[in-house]
Amino acid sequence: MAEIKLEDIIKEENLVYKKSEVMTDNTLHYCPGCGHGTAHRLIAEVIEEMGIQGETIGVTPVGCSVLMYNYLDIDMQEAAHGRAPAVATALKRTMPNKYVFTYQGDGDLAAIGTAETIHACNRGENIAIFFINNGIYGMTGGQMAPTTLPGMKSSTSPYGRIAEMMGGPIKMTELVAQLDGTHYVTRQAVHTPRHVRKAKKAVRQAFENQTLKKGVSFVEIVSNCNSGWKLPPVEANKWLVENMLPFYELGDIKLNGELVNK
Amino acid sequence: MAKFRGAIVVDTEACKGCGVCVSECPTEVISLANAVNAKGYNYAEMANPEACIGCANCAVVCPDGVITVYKTKVA
Repeated sequence: MAEIKLEDIIKEENLVYKKSEVMTDNTLHYCPGCGHGTAHRLIAEVIEEMGIQGETIGVTPVGCSVLMYNYLDIDMQEAAHGRAPAVATALKRTMPNKYVFTYQGDGDLAAIGTAETIHACNRGENIAIFFINNGIYGMTGGQMAPTTLPGMKSSTSPYGRIAEMMGGPIKMTELVAQLDGTHYVTRQAVHTPRHVRKAKKAVRQAFENQTLKKGVSFVEIVSNCNSGWKLPPVEANKWLVENMLPFYELGDIKLNGELVNK
Repeated sequence: MAKFRGAIVVDTEACKGCGVCVSECPTEVISLANAVNAKGYNYAEMANPEACIGCANCAVVCPDGVITVYKTKVA
């Protein structure tokens, strides 16, 4: 075999993967290995593939991803803590032909925004909700979140979460799947290429569902928080597989408005 | 013998050296450099370029989207 040089491979016509044009050139502020970056990129890729960059409005949460509007080259609106589904409701009702999504962490969606989330899902607004679950409050210093696993240490549960005292973790995704207003409910992850590719299909489905006008598409993405979990990135992904995924089982929970029997 | 040859280009200034691509590369092409970028991270680089098959797994899993992948067929 003739020796092939790197310069012969690195040519425009041989390109198979590059960062989406919808992503800006700003360097992400997230910690090394954080799943937020991957989730941002999936949304950007889907928006680019569907050609809806000018028709998409995102609503950002409060939390680590509060600066998401710096990274996606689309219209975005910042919401008060937890209120993203309420803001998205208003955007979608006043501009029904736009694609509207919210991007929220577990502290935003499952704690302070529980009411807004549940009622937006119950009303069946035609929006997509992307829920990034890393089981901890990342931005404020690794405090216990509603989604923190039993026994999991955080800065406010230094001896581990004790269910008798602090309650158990809340499975928001299963919770909203019970409501009639949700059309598509799924749980995905982004720690390996296989899971990223599957998660991208779910993100695409959530955007495509908006044209059906049949209710909320709710995509949970189980992610890591290296800083909050106090683990190196690769170790954190292993911890995620061993601890998060057995509790937060991946897969579709509701398809086309019907609960999936497991 | 590999039918495809690939290559990656890493935006070394944006790379944070998390090493997720290193553990997900099926042919063990990538490793973290001994050198650091302006922010002090040991960025990812192709340590073993002959083994790259251009599968793009590294780029798909990269949280910061700093990897561009090229692939060509080898006769």
